[in-house]
Amino acid sequence: MVYKNSRLDSTRAQSSQPNQEQEYQKMVNKLKPNPPYLRNALAAFSVGGFICALAQASINLFLQLGLTTHDAGTATVVLMILMGALLTGLGIYDDLGKFAGAGSIIPITGFANVIVASALEWKREGYIFGVAAKMFTIAGPVLVYGIITSALIAIIILFWG
Amino acid sequence: MAFLIGGTICLIGQLIMDLTPFSVTPSHALVGFVVGGSILSALGLYQPLINMGGAGATIPLSGFGHALTQGAIEGVKTKGMIGALSGGIEATAVGVGAAIIFGYIITIFTPQG
Amino acid sequence: MRFKRIGKQSILFNHPPKIISTASVVGPKEGEGPLKETFDLIIKDNLFGEKSWEKAESKILQEAVRIALEKVKLNREEIDLFLAGDLLNQTISANFAARQLGIPFFGLYGACATLVEGLILGSVLIDGAYAENIIAAVSSHHDTAERQFRFPREMGHQRPVTAQWTVTGAGAIILAKGEKGPRITGATVGKVVDFGIKDQNDMGSAMAPAAADTIIRNFRDTNTGPDDFDLIVTGDLALIGKTLAQQLIEREGYILGDKFTDCGLLIYDPVQDTHAGGSGCGCSAVVTCGYLLDSMKSGKYKKIMLVGTGALLSPLSILQGESIPGIAHAVVIENFI
Repeated sequence: MVYKNSRLDSTRAQSSQPNQEQEYQKMVNKLKPNPPYLRNALAAFSVGGFICALAQASINLFLQLGLTTHDAGTATVVLMILMGALLTGLGIYDDLGKFAGAGSIIPITGFANVIVASALEWKREGYIFGVAAKMFTIAGPVLVYGIITSALIAIIILFWG
Repeated sequence: MAFLIGGTICLIGQLIMDLTPFSVTPSHALVGFVVGGSILSALGLYQPLINMGGAGATIPLSGFGHALTQGAIEGVKTKGMIGALSGGIEATAVGVGAAIIFGYIITIFTPQG
Repeated sequence: MRFKRIGKQSILFNHPPKIISTASVVGPKEGEGPLKETFDLIIKDNLFGEKSWEKAESKILQEAVRIALEKVKLNREEIDLFLAGDLLNQTISANFAARQLGIPFFGLYGACATLVEGLILGSVLIDGAYAENIIAAVSSHHDTAERQFRFPREMGHQRPVTAQWTVTGAGAIILAKGEKGPRITGATVGKVVDFGIKDQNDMGSAMAPAAADTIIRNFRDTNTGPDDFDLIVTGDLALIGKTLAQQLIEREGYILGDKFTDCGLLIYDPVQDTHAGGSGCGCSAVVTCGYLLDSMKSGKYKKIMLVGTGALLSPLSILQGESIPGIAHAVVIENFI
């Protein structure tokens, strides 16, 4: 009979032996290529630096137009977000991100990118459960943890500062 | 100077993403930078970076964390406990508002795939 | 009647069903790859005239079925069963294609092993005389898969070096009784194997143990070895997974050498920047329907083992910290002259 020798042990149970999993992980690690560290680092540094330099130029321009330091900074943030949003809509920011990695993720333009990309992606599912509901799927955690951290810090300072 | 400071902050982000064994996604990186910026700001270490690098320190997301923290601290000083809740959001309202509104408007485009 | 089951997990057919027609439809990127001459239709953009990528994927699948039927001048009414699947939640591409086609339908899910799953079930039904003509078809779409499993398409990020590129494409195979030509003579149904890989950007490594398990099982059940085959081809293990599977198999004493290849490596040129290679249901389907079966008809290969490989993860299971289970099914295809 065919089923005579079949045992009830599942394959998962067999492979759950930690030895086998560890040994396999070693085989995988041996074969895994490394990311191109130097190229990625250079690209992140130069693109990130360039975006910040662009923002600085905008701050300087607003200051020359007579805005206060605070307002010039705020106006620049708005401008950078607009730029990030627009480049996302035009389908340019994803290519930039592929080239620059953290260089285009970490600046505020990257924050705009994740919001706009999520919103755009869900356009076809409608404007309530699509665009609006999904807009913060990736950027939401930033606000949640940012606000929690800052509020905690402020409370600590209020009581013990 | 903005170029150097901003570039260096992004470089740190890239190294974290490339060197960690678990794949750190952009979401993780963004959250890490906001929280990191908040904490550095509370320790008084972020303002010197801004004095030095200007937009190089305010434009990376750590600058967003700094703005949140300074806003919350300011709120606590003027309004007490309520200020801890409102201060950070007030200080960053323009950025978040801009992101939501521009994000919504940009949906006139279609994703290209 | 001879018992058709052999060994623990394998089947030998009494009257091996014939692959009477195949069709492949691919996206623009696949259409620029090294196999571009072997595809029946290359669509110009990923939307294929539809309003969403999901609708486009379903249309690609219908198109593949339509072309496969046209090649042998069969009507939809003459098809007894449509066995199809894809990667999307609730396999909507296949379901909606079946809605348009109006053929009795079983929806299948075996991740990227779905085509071979369909071929095995279809062959069993034909050999058992439960059906005359059966279509097995699958589809995948780069953009629908990215948005379901990874990030929004317009988000700027770097894909990890181990990542694979989901193929936009669909393949359809019509099975029927027949004498001459490529016929499915045997099959091995795989077990789910999980070696604890959790990195969803490295699915080749997650699936390699399942592929190795099924291939070794086929050798043992049918008392054969690599020498009995002209080619052993896996679905979408890609660069790292293929090497791992080969190591695992050779450790058991079966030397595969250069008889072992992978559809995920065949479909793209390394300069196309897909990192580890192709993946998705469509990957093994379009390579099989085009290049592999063409090569059999031209006599380059007489007997091959096609091993569909699937990673049975979901975005939820990954978030919950589950490892990625793999599955692999094999069919043996022989050319009868």
